[in-house]
Amino acid sequence: MKWIEYEKPQGLDEALTLLQQANGRGRVIAGGTDLLPQLKKRECLADLLVDITGIEELRQIREEGEWVRIGAGVTHGEVARNPVIRQEARALAQGCGQVGSPQIRHMGTLIGNVVSAQPAADGAIPLMALEAELRVVSHRGERWMALEEAYRGLGLSTVDATREIVAELRFRKPGGYGETGFFRMARRKALALPILNGAVGLFLDDSRSLIEKARIALGPVAERPFRSRKAEAFLESSGISHENLLEACWIASEEANPRTSMRGSASYRKEMVKVNLLRIIKGILDEIRKTK
Amino acid sequence: MKVRINVNGNWMERETRPDRLLVDFLREDLGLTGTKKGCEEGECGACTIILDGKTVLSCLVPAVKAQGAEILTVEGMAEGNKLHPIQQAFWEEGAVQCGYCTPGMLLSAKALLDENPAPGVEEVKEAISGNLCRCTGYSKIVRAIQVASEKMEKERR
Repeated sequence: MKWIEYEKPQGLDEALTLLQQANGRGRVIAGGTDLLPQLKKRECLADLLVDITGIEELRQIREEGEWVRIGAGVTHGEVARNPVIRQEARALAQGCGQVGSPQIRHMGTLIGNVVSAQPAADGAIPLMALEAELRVVSHRGERWMALEEAYRGLGLSTVDATREIVAELRFRKPGGYGETGFFRMARRKALALPILNGAVGLFLDDSRSLIEKARIALGPVAERPFRSRKAEAFLESSGISHENLLEACWIASEEANPRTSMRGSASYRKEMVKVNLLRIIKGILDEIRKTK
Repeated sequence: MKVRINVNGNWMERETRPDRLLVDFLREDLGLTGTKKGCEEGECGACTIILDGKTVLSCLVPAVKAQGAEILTVEGMAEGNKLHPIQQAFWEEGAVQCGYCTPGMLLSAKALLDENPAPGVEEVKEAISGNLCRCTGYSKIVRAIQVASEKMEKERR
């Protein structure tokens, strides 16, 4: 017996009530692509599964002024194909389009990708560069939480899936002279965890000669998705030249602290941080100059 | 609990356990053993079915999650004794060896062609990227899907 009861409520309030009644023995399920293998292996136990994918209000991608909002029932496939996301958050469309396999992308949700708290999740890494926020609801009320605060450690979220639901996430559109990009290295193009992935957001000033804001997220180079803050600060304080970009990538590589694993050694991964970041930063700058 | 699903055009209702997986519901409760069980953790694609128009892995779907959904399994592809053009092409092009991945491959191919009737080689490869085959080396499968696409395109004209 993997679980005893399964409920698929149509409203958020009903879902919260079910979780409250289960008093810690319930658990939120969305796409189930991470949770089902964990339940099968008994790495996670639950008596009641509360399926939130039947809740209509959580199934939407919406533009609201300067924000884009994505509900908890939205799958990676839906994010990757959405015209608003492709326009406003290219890195997120690219990342979500490379998660797992077509089948996994049709099932797994972007917010599930966040709550699973893996350090190199292809959906969460671009969200880090977009500085996304999560709306966490429970029976006690709701709060907005910075994405970074959702991580407690390797595979551990600060969101308590036995009592809380991440109803949606939001991020500001890069707008103006802003653009994002994503890269991923893996042994094959599907069903292979990344050797290294990363997302970058660059926002230029009106003259398009200075980087006003830089956001760099990398995985798996720490226990959680990692923001290269020193490299970001360097980019924001120096002009755009080949030497400065190289220096920023070198700083990011120094900041990164990857492990040696079956998929790649620590030194190889650090080297690849430099190569991929430079490529992606230059690509973003070209894109901004070409189209904006 | 009762689970009611439209499988290959027919509404089927069975009393089953709340933790029944869709793949077991199909194979054990309905006796439709065309859908295969491979890795049982979402890596191999052998259990691929089409659920409300999209390919999913039936080993990771609780049967009750699919309540009220429309499902297509490999048993629903042929019409009587007439193979679906994709099945016909797999047969003629030698895209089947041991056959274990074939039902999943066929459904991934069908979902692709339903949406994109004339895919390029890269699009075919992406569409079947979640289906592992340890026999063919994939080239004959890719070829078969292209042949099927051309045939179906001709039939439509």
